[in-house]
Amino acid sequence: MNASVVAEFMKLVKRPATWLIAVVWMLLTLVFGYVFPYFSYRGTSTGPGEPVGEQALSGALPAELASTAIQGMPLFAGALALLLGVLATGSEYGWDTVKVLLTQGPRRLSVLGGKLVALAVLMLAIVLATFVVDGAASVVVASITDSPVNWPPFGELARGVGAGWLIVVMWCFGGAFLGTMLRGTALAVDVGLVWALAIENLVRAFGSVVDFVDVVQRYLPGTNAGSLVAALGGSAQGQPGGTPGVTEVVSGTHAAVVLGAYLIAFAVLACVLLRRRDVL
Amino acid sequence: MTELLVRTDDLTKRYGERIAVDHIGLQVRRGEVYGFLGPNGAGKTTTLRMLLGLVRASAGTARVLGAAPGNPAALARIGMLVESPAFYPYLSGRDNLRVFARYAKVPGSKVDEALETVDLTERAKDRASSYSLGMKQRLGVAAALLKDPELLILDEPTNGLDPAGMADMRMLIRRLGTGGHTVLLSSHLLGEVQQVCDRVGVISQGVLVRQGTVRELRGHGSLRVVAEPLDEANAVTARMFGAERVSVHESALHVSVDEDAAPSVNRELVLAGIAVRSIGWHERSLEEIFFEMTAPEEVAK
Ligand SMILES: Nc1ncnc2c1ncn2[C@@H]1O[C@H](COP(=O)(O)OP(=O)(O)O)[C@@H](O)[C@H]1O
Ligand SMILES: [Mg+2]
Repeated sequence: MNASVVAEFMKLVKRPATWLIAVVWMLLTLVFGYVFPYFSYRGTSTGPGEPVGEQALSGALPAELASTAIQGMPLFAGALALLLGVLATGSEYGWDTVKVLLTQGPRRLSVLGGKLVALAVLMLAIVLATFVVDGAASVVVASITDSPVNWPPFGELARGVGAGWLIVVMWCFGGAFLGTMLRGTALAVDVGLVWALAIENLVRAFGSVVDFVDVVQRYLPGTNAGSLVAALGGSAQGQPGGTPGVTEVVSGTHAAVVLGAYLIAFAVLACVLLRRRDVL
Repeated sequence: MTELLVRTDDLTKRYGERIAVDHIGLQVRRGEVYGFLGPNGAGKTTTLRMLLGLVRASAGTARVLGAAPGNPAALARIGMLVESPAFYPYLSGRDNLRVFARYAKVPGSKVDEALETVDLTERAKDRASSYSLGMKQRLGVAAALLKDPELLILDEPTNGLDPAGMADMRMLIRRLGTGGHTVLLSSHLLGEVQQVCDRVGVISQGVLVRQGTVRELRGHGSLRVVAEPLDEANAVTARMFGAERVSVHESALHVSVDEDAAPSVNRELVLAGIAVRSIGWHERSLEEIFFEMTAPEEVAK
């Protein structure tokens, strides 16, 4: 499997789409975590909402780095992670390279295992990069607003990195599963994004009014991702300064367990499918 | 006993109701270039995919290099190019081979060797997506050669190439064949198989209709006699060689005897008062034999 991990890395690192996604990820985390909050603090926001002032600013300062850096992971970063997962598995079908890999000698499971390990490591690198980029942005915001630079304790940062990683790896493996199941990228991306961006939100909208929908949503990947962020201090959607995708439906522990279960389920299902099906 | 690198018994693949491969018994011997010949849709690719462990057989067995299809140790000794060559379009030709070499656990030095063999060294730095069809095909062969395989499985490797490219590819395959590799080559082109292969298996509608050397498939030639009246000529030659050796085909008599029987046949016919218009040696072309063998009624037998 080591050989498969290395080979997978060569593919990921040299693939332009990987870098494009990483750059978009960094831009979005900056825009939603720092640029918009800074401007709403300055009162230049022209939307219907009143400037949320101090509250918006506090999220953009170093002290809240951990929650701000991961607040986008349930939504846009999750969607981008899913995209990376779909591309990693689905493209092999699109380009028909899957038959080449599987006839080189490794077992089918080590090919997929190598892919998943490489993706998980890539996700960790991107999450760490998010913290570095956001940390730098928070220092900039602090200095131009004459605010103090108080870093959160190391334990909080580590928990933030861990939670962010768990969330995006879960989405990423979900994408890898969809790419494997649908043997391609186009449909898998559609299904994944419609799920993550539309269906989860619709279910959540009804969850507050219909009881059994509420039960269902407690076990959806997006809800649990959002709840994990909320548990680490992110403000929920609907609250002042709240972030779309962040919700307080379930506790942090519940969320972490459900996310872990999804992550494992996606990996196992992808393995079963690849192992059992003909490569046509 | 010649060693069989590939041996299948009643190998069968069904896709729902359709039988793509129907109880095939393929035998590829060490050191030969084996031609797997059949029209489009005959079941060649499906068979090769089963041999590589990509597709599971519905029934029957296959042994490849002494192991079940898909066995990792056996795969390490097999090079393959199935259907169209497949690459990562954003990687260079060389990087593509490097990635495959990783999976195959062969040293990176093999990459340049393989590029050299197929004459792609100069363009190795360019993206694979910028390659012409012929170059892609050659890169596909290079990928198949990375493992320095004992057995090469090539599925219609000249598909889509121009005549010069085809000639190059055939020369390369022949060279590999004489260089100690065993090659299993599928093709729908008769001339190609005739040029390159030692033995041939002919498949049609999933059925292996014939297996043997090109000579064996072609069978013996015959004397073709055009004479008048034909039925009297038929009687005379039947008396000479036995009725089972004589047949009438397209208003000519075909007599299955050696070529040097021609003068005596001629003499007997003339003595019997029959007008002999022409008498000559006739060999059926492989084309004819191929069409005969792959005709639906023949396959049904
Ligand atoms: N995945 C599939 N599903 C259904 N039928 C298939 C599939 N792959 C091949 N076939 C059918 O099996 C037969 C043999 O196809 P194939 O092995 O590709 O032939 P060849 O390579 O000789 O052209 C064809 O009739 C084809 O339509
Ligand atoms: Mg084919």
